[in-house]
Parts: sequence; C-alpha cells; structure tokens
Amino acid sequence: MSDFEAKKDLVTLRINGITVQASSGETVLTVARRTGIDIPALCHHPKISSSGACRVCLVEINGVPMTSCTTHAEDKMEVITNSPYIEHLRRDMIDLILSDHPNDCMVCQKTGECELQELAYKYGIRNPIFSGERRIYSKKDGNPFIDRDMEKCILCGRCIKICDEVQGVGAIDFAYKGFDTKVCPPFEKDLNCEFCGQCVMVCPTGALTGKAWIGKGRYWKIQEVDTTCPYCGIGCNITLHISDNRIVRVTSPEDSVVNKGLLCVKGRFGYEFVSSPDRLKTPLIRKDNELHPASWEEALSYAAKRFLEIKETHGPDAIAGLSSARCTTEDNYLFQKFIRVAIGTNNVDHCARL
Amino acid sequence: MTDPTIEIKVCLGTSGKASGGEDVLRAFKKFIQESGIEARVGSRCSYKTVGCRGFCSKDVLVDVIVNDQKTTYQSVKPIMVEKIVTDHILNGNPVPQWTATEDYDSFHDKQYKIVLGPCGEISPDSLDDYLKINGYKAARKAVTKMLPDDVISVVINSGLRGRGGSGFLTGKKWELCRKQPENPHYIICNVGEVNRALAEGNPHAIIEGLLIGGYAIGAEKGYLYIRERYHISVERLRTAIIQAKEKGFLGTNIFGSDFSFDIEFSFGTEAFICGEETALMESIEGKRAMPRPRPPFPAIKGLWGKPTVINNAETFSNIPMIVGKGAEWFSSIGTEKSKGTKVFTLTGKVKNNGLVEIPMGMSLRDIVYGIGGGIEGGKELKAVQVGGPSGGLIPMSMINMGLDYESLSKVGSIVGSGGMVVFDEEDCIVSVARFFLEFLQRESCGKCTPCRVGTKRMLELLTKITEGKGEETDLARLDRLSAIMSVSSLCGLGRTAPNPFITSFNHFKSEYLAHIRDRKCPAGVCKALITFSIIEELCKGCGLCKRKCPTKAITGEVKKPHILDADSCIKCGACYKACKFKAIKKV
Ligand SMILES: Cc1cc2nc3c(=O)[nH]c(=O)nc-3n(C[C@H](O)[C@H](O)[C@H](O)COP(=O)(O)O)c2cc1C
Repeated sequence: MSDFEAKKDLVTLRINGITVQASSGETVLTVARRTGIDIPALCHHPKISSSGACRVCLVEINGVPMTSCTTHAEDKMEVITNSPYIEHLRRDMIDLILSDHPNDCMVCQKTGECELQELAYKYGIRNPIFSGERRIYSKKDGNPFIDRDMEKCILCGRCIKICDEVQGVGAIDFAYKGFDTKVCPPFEKDLNCEFCGQCVMVCPTGALTGKAWIGKGRYWKIQEVDTTCPYCGIGCNITLHISDNRIVRVTSPEDSVVNKGLLCVKGRFGYEFVSSPDRLKTPLIRKDNELHPASWEEALSYAAKRFLEIKETHGPDAIAGLSSARCTTEDNYLFQKFIRVAIGTNNVDHCARL
Repeated sequence: MTDPTIEIKVCLGTSGKASGGEDVLRAFKKFIQESGIEARVGSRCSYKTVGCRGFCSKDVLVDVIVNDQKTTYQSVKPIMVEKIVTDHILNGNPVPQWTATEDYDSFHDKQYKIVLGPCGEISPDSLDDYLKINGYKAARKAVTKMLPDDVISVVINSGLRGRGGSGFLTGKKWELCRKQPENPHYIICNVGEVNRALAEGNPHAIIEGLLIGGYAIGAEKGYLYIRERYHISVERLRTAIIQAKEKGFLGTNIFGSDFSFDIEFSFGTEAFICGEETALMESIEGKRAMPRPRPPFPAIKGLWGKPTVINNAETFSNIPMIVGKGAEWFSSIGTEKSKGTKVFTLTGKVKNNGLVEIPMGMSLRDIVYGIGGGIEGGKELKAVQVGGPSGGLIPMSMINMGLDYESLSKVGSIVGSGGMVVFDEEDCIVSVARFFLEFLQRESCGKCTPCRVGTKRMLELLTKITEGKGEETDLARLDRLSAIMSVSSLCGLGRTAPNPFITSFNHFKSEYLAHIRDRKCPAGVCKALITFSIIEELCKGCGLCKRKCPTKAITGEVKKPHILDADSCIKCGACYKACKFKAIKKV
C-alpha cells in the first residue's frame, strides 16, 4: 500500500526518543525522514512500492530489527534508528553489498552521485571484511541508449519495479537464483524496450547509465540548466547538463510539476540534435532540384505565393496540412485554423495520429 | 470348501514405481491369468495399488492377503512372482525368505500413524476406500452441524500446530483470518516434498482438510500448491478432486448447505523458496517466487492482497481426524505444547531409511535406534540433522532428547520440513555444514542482501576450511555472519541458513579447530587434509590396490611391499577400501 492510500487514523510513536505523529498507513521510514531523521535505504524509492530487499534501512522497532521501509507506523511504537547494534547491522549489510561490487569508483560514471558510494564513505568501508567472489559478467548490452554494467548491480530491484509499476512495461526482471541472481531482459537478450530510462533514473549505483553520458564529465563540474522539453506539447520539465557549451545529459527534477521526474526516450536520450552539425540553421528553398539557403522573409513569401497559385489553379483541396507533435497545443490550434480558414480545406492532420 | 478371498496390494508410490512396482503388479496379473489360477480363485482375486507406507528402502512392498491373513513381501521383483503365487496362493505356504523381516516390523511398530495410517492400506484412487475409513464424515459434520467458529475452537483446543515449519497454532491462524472483514478469503495447501507420501497414499484426507478449513475461515476457493514434477501426487489429488466433485463434496451447496467450495491447482517450479508462504503466493499470482515482507501477515493480506490461510498438507491431513474424533483425542497425543504426531524423513547412515510418523516428544534415540534400526555397519552415531537443510545438527550426546517444537528450537534446530539425516563417525562435520550451506546458497531467491551474499560468504569460508586453508579469523567471520543473517534476513530461508554452522560449531568445535590448527580432518573426509600411504610391514604385495588405483599411483612387484606415490594420488580412497590387510593408512 502506498502512503497515499493510508488510513488516516493518527498514531503517536517515538523515534530516537522524539515523539512524532503519523497516519497509520505511513511507513516508519517516511515518518523518520519527515522528522529529519535520516535512515539510509538502497531499495526504497518514493515512486515505487517497497520491497524490503536491501535490508539497509533496518531499525529497532520495540527492540527487534525490522526494515523501516516496510513497517507501518503504529501507536506507541518505540523506534531506534541509530543504536550501536543497528549501526553494526547496517554496516555489515553495506559491507556484504560492497563485497560483491567492483571497487572502481575512480572510473565510474556514477561517482559523486552514487548512493552506495555515499554509504561506503559514511561507514568508512574501504575493504569489506566479508570479501569473496564477485559476479563477473562479460556480456555487453547492444542497445543504443542504456549502459548496463551488471557487476555494479546490487539487486535492489528499483529498476524492475519502476518499469513494471510506473512505466507499465515490465521489460526486465530477476533471473537465476542465489548468488547468481541477476536483473535482465527475458532470456538475457539485449534490452529492447521503450528506453524511457526510468530505470536509469532510479538506479542507486552505476549499474544503469546513459551510454552517451559516459566520460562526458563529472557531475559536479557540470552546469545544470532547467528548461522545458521541446519534443511535444506535454512540455516536461527537464534539466540540461552542460559541459563546454554542449549538452551531455538530460535529467528531470524528481518533484517536477508536469512529469514528476519521468521522461520518455526522446526527452531523456534524444538531445544530440541540439549541437548536431546536420541541423538546419536557415530555411532552404528548392530551385532546379537543389536546396538553396534563404532568409525567413524569402521563404515565407515564396510559400505564400505558391499556396495562392495552387489554390487558384487546382482549388483549396489540392492542399493539405500536416502538423507536428513538437508544437504546443496553441500552435496546433492556429495551424488547423490557418488550413481551414485561410486555405479553405479540411485536409488537416497531425503526426500523433499516424 | 469355499474359495479363499485373495487380495494383492502393491505399493505404487513414487519409490514403489521407481523400484518397478508396475512391473510387479503386471507380473501378478499376468501370471495369475495365464496359469489358469483366475479360473480357480475366480473373481475373488482383487488387486489394489496403494501409496507409500514409508519403508522405501525395501520397495517394492507387496501384501498378499488370503482370507484376511496378511503377509508382506519386501524387495519384490517380477521374477519372484511365480513362486509367490504358486507356493503362497495356491498351496498356502508363504515364501519365508522373501517376507518382510524384523526390520519391517520394528520400523512400523514404534511409529504412531495418524496421517500416514491409511497410506499403503487404502487405494488412493478409490473414494469408496476413503469413505470406508469414515472419509468425509468430519467434513459433513462440520458443514452441516457446526458453526465455523466451533470448528475453529476444536482446532485450537486440539493444539494442532503447523507441520510446515514454524509451528504456529493452526486454529489461531484460522481465527485471525476469519475475523478479517475484507472478502474474499482464500485457503492454500502447501504440498511440499515430505508431503508426497500423503498426497500419493491418501489424497482425500488433504482435500477434506482443505474443505473443512475453507468452511471455517469463510473461503470459497482453495488452492493446492504443488511442484509440477510430483506427477503421481498431482494425478492422485486431481482424481480425488474429480471424485469429490462428483459426489457433491466440492462445488456448490455442499452437503445441502449454502456453503460452496472449489479447489484449484497451482504449480510451482523446482525451487526451495516456492515453499515459503509469501513467495508461494507471489508464484500463484504469476510472479517470480520471492518472499514478501511481513507484516502484513497472509491472514490479513495474503493471496491477491486478500485474507489468506496457508497450511502444510500434513496439517490439513490431521484436520478430518481432529474434527471427527475431537480435540481431546488429539491433544492426548504428544507433549504439553506439541500435540499429535509428526512425519519425518529418516535418511542418512541409518539402517532403515524411510518416512516415519512419530508422536511428538519421542526421543531421538527411539527414532534412530528403534525405528531406524541403528547405524549402518555398526558404526558410531555422530549427529542427526533435524529440520531439513536449514535445521540444526544434534550431537550423539543429546540423543535422548524428545523431539517437539520447543526442544528443537532450544537446541538451535527446527521442525522445519521434517527432514532427518543421520551422520556417523565417518562424516566430517565441517563438510556436512558446508553441504547444507551449498544447497541453501543455491536456493536463495537472491532478493535480500544477507541471504544472497551472506550464504555465499559462509559457503566460501566453510569451503576454505575443508580445503585446509582455514584461519581462526574465519570462524569469527562465520560467527558474525550467522548473527546478522539470522536477525536481518527477509524470510525464513536466510534466517535459518546459519543453523547448520551454528549448531555444528557449538557441538564440534574441536573438529573445526583440527581442520584449521592441525590441518587435519579427523573423519578422514576432506581430501586436501588426508594422505594415503602403504604400511610396509602389513602389505603382502597382492597387487589389488595397484589394480584399483585409477591414476597408477601405486607401484610394486608381486609379493613385495608396494609403494604409493603421493604426488599422483588423487585421494579417491579406492586402495583403502580394497586392501584386505589394512595396509593402507589414511591420515
Ligand atoms: C525456505 C522455506 C521453504 C519452505 N518450504 C515449505 C514447504 O515445502 N512446505 C510447507 O508446508 N511449508 C514450507 N515452508 C513454511 C511455510 O512458509 C509456511 O510456514 C507453512 O506452509 C505454513 O503452514 P503450517 O502452518 O501448516 O506449517 C517453508 C519456509 C521457508 C522459509
């Protein structure tokens, strides 16, 4: 049950000695974070249901270690999030995760933004005491957008859940058992989905990144510019990551009003056109089968002239208008008005219907 | 003189079939027909295929019943049939050399069979057979004469606790589920490995138990969750469901009441975790079997998010008897807090392997030495692993303990799946713990960190010790892993996975230390820690070891002491086993 569906009865509990109120459907993790008490969690993510997989968010509830992301607040609950015992358990959980993780932060794209790195830093785990065999995968995924480095996967399951619960695609799931458990598309084929990249967004480590982002700059050296996605009328909020005056990555603020941080393949990965040398910079007019650069003035009057000629010789139904989803709703309205009224035909359509 | 009545019962459980039970049955039919005996004994000769009666090591078991005089033959092969028919059926002289031995009797006499009782006696495919032993009377009584709450009271008062692992009071579970306002309610029967004999031998009892449970908790739908691979169990349960439907015991308006109930199969794949209740529900819902966090418990939010009761097939098999005979009858069996009986699979180095049902509280000694007939080859008992792969090892010194939920949990073990493996002096305790960890690691679903990575690390450390590379700090690491895994894992698998290590280390610390400090395996099992050599004075030069050695590591002339080259020796032990003069030394 998500916190939204929560029953509204108020309960009173104590977290680290602080008395707090919560509605009874809220998880202990949510309440604690709201109260300003941070509990680390690697599998929990506000956009998906909780699974209790990583066990990093363990807290003592009435003296018993329980995962705070799955336990609902109850009246008179005594929660302790930072006892030496809990910190010891949490440290060992992180140690176990790190023992099966490549220690290559210095070349990892995720450095600085990695939730696991952050915890390793916080708990000072340089060499895991439970070191042992690590999963080694050589297969690389040939898809064009998402780099999947499964050795860095900590099996938190966020990607699986966001793909299933939010995007409604279900392109990936767990496969195999035991230590060999792995997240992959069916039959370990290359990823072949919508490539919305929601999975990349929620991945806590460097297991999932944009292929085009790799090596294009550390995140703290990058300038972030908030803007609106130009691809369609929805107008998702996006953040451009700029390095050397070039876009090297696109993200979306998690709390954005329009799209709540979710993007589609175009918005998230289709930014290279911006600085493409093939991009048109002026209108072109075809003369004798060749395209010649022209000014807007020339181009518009040429188009107007030809519309009039065609309309006069062949009638308005010889003209049709096809509009683009990249225009805003207002633009599209004006366009159909122009075709119907100025041209005088009902031959008007839109690429989203194709 | 009237013709005798003759009945031939052939065990066709999984083991009976595997041992050639169908061929034996065919041989009886064929021989009796061909030799004209049919004409003499006529229609009074009947055949019955029955389920497993537990003593699988002596399959195929055949009962020949002449005028109610039963003789049991063991290890029957088709070739033996002619003589049995001629001597026994025609001439009235049972064939003494093939009849069941003392073992068979002692194996059965010390047991207390409630749920296994009809298995091996009645035909699992015959509803009439089940009706003859009061089948469906309890269900009729419950549905027509009792309120659901009364049924629940009887089950609570009987003291029946879940037979699938945790030992939760079954009636309490039902009560909690019944109380939930949300509808519909579901009821699930978890048919595990150990339950196969029940499903193969007396499937109607499971169906009847599930039906009574459904009535008690207010469910109209029950699920039988079973591995698809248990073909015989599936077939017999399916037949039982069809028969029960035909009679109106399942379906709508059961026994003329307004209660309706139906049962559906749901098939699991070959994964240990599919038996864990919440993973099982995920599996029924069509997802990968991975456990869900608890709370919420299934009784409140279970299958499809609805209140659900899940019980083991053995738990359900007890229900008709409890409702039929009453709570007092049931609670008179067993110990103060553990009532009734429990089925265990007795295996390992014990003489009589098989499936046994004992009253709760029976001592481990009575099981191993009484029912099991002691250790094979007169060897010394070392330990018994109780509760399946994640159970605990109980050492010889504790052999007198009685088995029930409380006593087992006190020694770090569980009733679990009812597995019981006997180890003797020739078993290395570190290797044993390693073996179980290997299974548990492979079967971890991979969801939670402590189980997925923890079992792997434990396995690596135990392997290291058996390979003679262990250090004392490894023991501290194992200890620390055990402690975190048992409190922080998501489900029972990870929480109990350290049990084999914890208990074996508790009781056999010196054996662990011998591996680490002395680089020795006292039981002579860990290959890296043993060497074979030839004792010159004892070697007669017979050459047997030389011929047995697969790597030609042994050389020598006839009648002169041989020499073993340690470098080419792969420590297979073939020479050691072959030598008639004890001239091969293993240290
Ligand atoms: C790893 C694991 C495997 C299990 N396998 C089985 C099983 O095969 N059969 C079973 O009845 N219970 C199994 N259980 C226990 C179930 O989760 C559950 O407790 C039981 O089915 C409840 O029934 P009961 O109350 O009648 O014992 C398993 C538990 C775990 C943790």
